[in-house]
Amino acid sequence: MERGAALGADGRMPYNLTVNGKSYAVDVDGDIPLLWVLRDTIGLTGTKFGCGIAMCGACTVHVDGLPVRSCILSVSEAAEKPVTTIEAIGDTPEGRKIQQAWLDIDVVQCGYCQSGQIMSATALLAANAKPSDDDIDAVMAGNICRCGTYPRIRAAIKLAAQG
Amino acid sequence: MSIFDRANLAVSRRQLLIGASLTGAGLVIGFKPHAVAAASEPFAPNAFIRIPQEGKITFVMPSVEMGQGIYTAVAMMLAEELEVGLDQVTLEHAPADPKQYANPLLGDQITGGSLAIRGIYEQMRKAGATARIMLIAAAAREWGVSPDACKAEAGHVVETGGSRRAAYGSLITAAASEVVPQDVPLKPASSYRVIGKPAHRLDSPEKVNGTAKFGIDARPDGVSYAAIAICPHFNGKLRAVDEAPAMAVKGVTQVVRIEEAVAVVADNTGAARKGLAALSIDWDPGPSASVSQSELERQMDAAIDGKALPHVNEGDVARAEAEHGPVHEFVYRMPILTHSAMEPMNCTVHVRPDGCEVWVGTQIMSRARQAAADVTGLPLEKVVVHNHLLGGGFGRRLDVDGIILSTKIAKQVSGPVKVTWSREEDIRHDCYRYLNYSKVTATLGPDGLPVSWRHRVIGPSVMARWLPAFTKDGVDLDQMGGAESPYAIPNRQTDFARHEAPDGMLTGNWRGVGATRNVPPVECGIDELAELAGIDPLDYRRRLLQHKPRLLGALELAAEKAGWSSPLEKGKGRGIAVAEDFGSFAAMIAEVSIGADGRFKTDRIVCAVDCGQVINPDTVEAQIQSGVVYGLSAALYGRITVENGAVVEGNFDDAPVLRINETPPIEVHIVPSAEAPGGIGEVGTPGVAPALLNAIFMATGKRLRTLPIDQTDLRRV
Repeated sequence: MERGAALGADGRMPYNLTVNGKSYAVDVDGDIPLLWVLRDTIGLTGTKFGCGIAMCGACTVHVDGLPVRSCILSVSEAAEKPVTTIEAIGDTPEGRKIQQAWLDIDVVQCGYCQSGQIMSATALLAANAKPSDDDIDAVMAGNICRCGTYPRIRAAIKLAAQG
Repeated sequence: MSIFDRANLAVSRRQLLIGASLTGAGLVIGFKPHAVAAASEPFAPNAFIRIPQEGKITFVMPSVEMGQGIYTAVAMMLAEELEVGLDQVTLEHAPADPKQYANPLLGDQITGGSLAIRGIYEQMRKAGATARIMLIAAAAREWGVSPDACKAEAGHVVETGGSRRAAYGSLITAAASEVVPQDVPLKPASSYRVIGKPAHRLDSPEKVNGTAKFGIDARPDGVSYAAIAICPHFNGKLRAVDEAPAMAVKGVTQVVRIEEAVAVVADNTGAARKGLAALSIDWDPGPSASVSQSELERQMDAAIDGKALPHVNEGDVARAEAEHGPVHEFVYRMPILTHSAMEPMNCTVHVRPDGCEVWVGTQIMSRARQAAADVTGLPLEKVVVHNHLLGGGFGRRLDVDGIILSTKIAKQVSGPVKVTWSREEDIRHDCYRYLNYSKVTATLGPDGLPVSWRHRVIGPSVMARWLPAFTKDGVDLDQMGGAESPYAIPNRQTDFARHEAPDGMLTGNWRGVGATRNVPPVECGIDELAELAGIDPLDYRRRLLQHKPRLLGALELAAEKAGWSSPLEKGKGRGIAVAEDFGSFAAMIAEVSIGADGRFKTDRIVCAVDCGQVINPDTVEAQIQSGVVYGLSAALYGRITVENGAVVEGNFDDAPVLRINETPPIEVHIVPSAEAPGGIGEVGTPGVAPALLNAIFMATGKRLRTLPIDQTDLRRV
């Protein structure tokens, strides 16, 4: 049992989460966003808080293989489904390619939004092996970067698509 | 292995203070290690290098990393003279200790103003060279040869022409007893092996795999999590709140009341936010409750022709105006801006009777520490600040208001508490770039070139509060930066009409500082004069910049790369802006097109920059792109408004920022230069808005003088 299990105030373990292949029983209200359970209860801090209203994409994780904004996805909705976060996305072929392209091109600046960028880009590549500029725009417009790494994000996704 | 050494900073600091003496952590190099011999003398070296017997060498980072690439640049500068590879080092955040880690140009432990490399370029290279010379001396002594018969390479001392070779780690005991060389010679730039060559960022791996630790990721043992509601009204206060609805939420442990805010503490931030949302808070809006946007703008307009303090005064402007008339006048108006860093404000604090620990990402370490000491009443030495990576700075983290608030809350909480601002709190309680207006007045000579230039700057004095040394006779030297223009105009006069934000609305530094407020009126103003003179805007600037070879060089390169003289289709326009600040020189050309619906699109931005000696060319490109995107965001969307003494906007829905689909191709061209390094984190921002406005004028004939750009209808008049 992972750390989250120890935090139950009343001994009940109402939600079973599967994150990066590990099981966690978490004792929180069902409407608490998955983001905070990941970060605070389980301790996976790679997933970031940016806006709380699904406008910036910093909190993007994969649930059932699809990208979701964990700041508005309640823990009850995520329970019993496989959740993948930035900490394990490198275990997928697309995630590995995207991360390598991010390193090759040195996309990151402050880096805060990059977990979410990489999760969105990985989902894009998984769904579309050769994304066009318009495809990239359509998916990645949901992720804000204030350092302005957009030109390199575009280049890195294209590089990953070649590999 | 992580590039960041997670060692307890308190331990590493003790080791640093021991200077060049040998410690468990290895050889530590400072500038005055000879003081070790005199135990009675306070010993406070700059200490940036720790060489252990085995394993990676630690570099301690005097500047903070907020995306600008300074950690990689510092490592490159140290590695250049120490003769090690970047793969042989690990990095560590410096503790709060301005005696050792102050930026020499700022006199304090501040990362801002694009001054990091400018301040420490020599210091870092000397620190590396000092260590190298001592290691060589130790090896030479051991081998019984002259130091001249040895050289350093890749973390080893090698006997030139001989076969002996010793790893640095094997020499640390001997090196520690070597005399510390003074006035160490530094390599000429022509011998650089690291500096000036593209290097991968050392912080990329952690930022790509999710393990990088920002302030918001601190999780000290026993931490609890708080959500905060700060009184939305400037200078307002908490009147009353019934804590019961929050306490009923599962996981909530406490409701904390302080004079200006309420915090809900829980076992996770989600529960704390839910508890906070359940509260009905009764705020006392205070004396600013009636402040409105229209009133603030009216006051600014009134200040345009009010009293002002003189600054630059060259030639005789009044006489030139009388002789040459007519006088052309343009007023430019710029909005209130937020920083909107991606990492919302946050701070984790543990207040104990005997000390206080702070976990945060800050641009201003020593003030962060002092703030916690002031709030707790503890002596400074009882406060430990653990700095982190910053999820964006842009000037926001040059203020410590968040640390003060968090420490006030932590005083009432048992154990460490992490206070996380919502995005709404972050936007509504920023240290804003306040309204800035400019009135430019000019007259032209018979050749069409300006003979007089007046520039009145209307806005607050951030420096009066933040860095009073950067004011003179009541004039804010940052606010006035570049107001006189870089152009050869014989009669120039600038003055400062100080006009502050309403009480309780914090104003602060914003990326590009003075240049971002003055380059738009200067560069649009000069464009207006070129138009009046009937001279091409590039040619006009050329003729006025003959005395500024570096700025002119950047302009020529940008013009060439942008194809300035090539014809444009109907509905398209190009606009120029140049910016000279931070020791760097940039020129930018924006190309826009206007759609049939009157909306405009930025087709591309071409930028040329002369930033002197480049440390990492890859970072220069990234930082210019970054500055351009930040400038585009502000030019297109940046506008915060005030009603009822409170900021109206609250999140990325009503305070939007630029997204990838709106980002044009951004070309960056570097002018080769052997001059001293200039700053690069900010010089890309100031020119964006004026280049766009000038391009829109060329495309439409419409001269917009208010930011953000009104995009509703730009069809040609």
